[in-house]
Amino acid sequence: MPRYQLMRLLGLTALLWLSLVLSVQAAPLQLTIGYIQWIPDTGPVLSNVIPEPEDAGLRGAELAIADNSTTGKFLGQTYSLQSKVADSGEAAIAAFDTMHQSGIELFVVNAPAATLKTITEKAGANTLIFNAGAKDDALRTGQCRANLLHTIPSYAMLTDALGQWLNQRRWDEVFLITGPTEADKGWADAFRRSAKRFGLEIVEDKPWTFDADLRRTASRELPLFTQASDYDAVVVADVRGDFGEYVPYNTWLPRPVVGTQGMSPVTWHRVVESWGAAQLQNRFRELAGRNMNSEDYAAWAAIRAIGTAVTDLKSAEPAEIRNFLFSDKFQLAAFKGRKLTFRDWNGQLRQPIPLVHPRGLVARAPFEGFLHPNTQMDTLGFDRPESECRING
Amino acid sequence: MKTLFKHAALATMIGLSTPGLASLAYVSNEKDNTLSVIDTETQDVIETIDVGQRPRGILLSKDYTKLYICASDDDTVQVLDLATRKIVDTLPSGEDPEQFSLHPNNKHLYIANEDDAIVTVVDVETKDVLAQIDVGIEPEGMAVSPNGKWAVNTSETTSMLHWINTETFEIEKNIVVGQRPRHVEFTRDSKIAWASAEIGGTVHIIDVDNLEQIHEMSFKVSGVNQDRVQPVGIELTSDGKYAFVALGPSNHVAVVDAQTYEVLDYLLVGARVWQLDLDKDEKHLYTTNGVSGDVSVIDVEDLKVIKSIKVGRYPWGVVIDPTS
Repeated sequence: MPRYQLMRLLGLTALLWLSLVLSVQAAPLQLTIGYIQWIPDTGPVLSNVIPEPEDAGLRGAELAIADNSTTGKFLGQTYSLQSKVADSGEAAIAAFDTMHQSGIELFVVNAPAATLKTITEKAGANTLIFNAGAKDDALRTGQCRANLLHTIPSYAMLTDALGQWLNQRRWDEVFLITGPTEADKGWADAFRRSAKRFGLEIVEDKPWTFDADLRRTASRELPLFTQASDYDAVVVADVRGDFGEYVPYNTWLPRPVVGTQGMSPVTWHRVVESWGAAQLQNRFRELAGRNMNSEDYAAWAAIRAIGTAVTDLKSAEPAEIRNFLFSDKFQLAAFKGRKLTFRDWNGQLRQPIPLVHPRGLVARAPFEGFLHPNTQMDTLGFDRPESECRING
Repeated sequence: MKTLFKHAALATMIGLSTPGLASLAYVSNEKDNTLSVIDTETQDVIETIDVGQRPRGILLSKDYTKLYICASDDDTVQVLDLATRKIVDTLPSGEDPEQFSLHPNNKHLYIANEDDAIVTVVDVETKDVLAQIDVGIEPEGMAVSPNGKWAVNTSETTSMLHWINTETFEIEKNIVVGQRPRHVEFTRDSKIAWASAEIGGTVHIIDVDNLEQIHEMSFKVSGVNQDRVQPVGIELTSDGKYAFVALGPSNHVAVVDAQTYEVLDYLLVGARVWQLDLDKDEKHLYTTNGVSGDVSVIDVEDLKVIKSIKVGRYPWGVVIDPTS
């Protein structure tokens, strides 16, 4: 063998050996996360002046992938997103099947509870699902699954935030209006529970049954509809925004409107800017060309939770990630002024809830004075003794 | 008459604010777009200076003739002449400058650009941008070691300390710390760096020779929920005795034995305590309290809070000019 060839061979071996050593040190890691979205059409709504963005959730997931990748580049970790915005529940499940078969084991799902449950059951134990869309309390109180975590708050967390606020304002007599959809009933049921917890009296509890176009008649119909001897506030349960936007300023008595419209408890809103949130809002606006909303935030938080775990573990094994997320070591810095952690009984992400009106932040729950032996954040939503779930034994 | 009165008032103001009478503290008021000037003898605000939008990080030039101000929402660093107390110049800073640190050479200013995930290095004399260094998400804390060897940046969402070689402007090491690292402070001999992690609730002690963590501390303030104990600003006494750690919305400052890392005491100050600085003979420590809009003064010998001084809205940074 000519000498230069031998040299080259030796060189090559050395190079191979070197790259092997280097790769062990840097441990490059490539992680793909699946994002599946299906938002059912809510039908025509009356107060549809400002439509909701159709990519709510997806854009938050994209931002979190970018955030994870910026961190990952210092550690040799790369992240990518495979996403599907489906037009039916079946299509969402089919998209999950395809991604799952291709080897993806971490998913963010922004879909109604029924679709989410099917996906969670199909996923099996070694695949983690993050719920970034379904707020149903039943998913947190009885129908929990060990492989299902929730980054979107439940209806109960939102209405408890509102209940605490009404209590501390001492506006404790309320007029409740509930829309006709399942979601409206879910929200109103959660509020009735909150009312009991925080000593509020529902002086009137009326379903919304009108089908008139309120753009012509709001000022005539609503004062009559909200007639009662007295109340401190009107609470609206209108999740899809059918009539609720017409309630403020049209009530029989001059009273504030709160709930799904008026002043609302939300996961996230563009007016949140403290605790560094201004930076997250700016990053999001640059990416999406619109403001970040609750679904965006929930999807972002899910993928950031995964990223936080992978940074520490230097592994993308779903079982290891799950253990880490429920351990004392996990804390998510998520621009809400406190570290966020997962409830070990039902997989819900604990989080403060901002109360906002369209152009400003009113307050942030939990409020001082509502005490809890472990963490004040567990005064929001179903606490351990109130939930049948024990997903960690 | 009115003009006369105005002139008289102006004259009094000028008289009061003549530099050189006493050591002065400068406080940046994030939501008032002003600086409050405090006379550390009388512990009163003697002047309020209009500056750019959303002033946050402030620092003194090494010759104590200028004050540099991060005017975050103006995307610029302003230069205040301390003799006249006028803004005399601006420096290119990159977008949304929040914190910065000046190299001992008095020339190279390292600026964390929060929205862009970069650190910009500017020569303050020529105004040239010498380098832009990619770091993690939301770069925040910035410190240059007193010996000039290292510039350290903390990236909040990436939760890392990025160690930048000041000769090559390249990152040589990344150290993962607690969630949302905010601030780095070096000991005078450049051997130890203290780094706070706001959401992690921790302070990390780094051995600078080996670039390794040698200790991690956490805090417990009685009667305060643990997740409100959020370390931010750090100040070290030059005798190596104490470290003071501002604990954010817990409204307390921790007093730490700088040798054993044992917490000696927690002092109640104003609401959301953010940054702190010692006066020239290190007898008093000044803290900015963002939510209550005031500055607390701590007596270092007795470890007691002795005064609170009302300043502007959301005071952020504080520096004390030891020569004035």
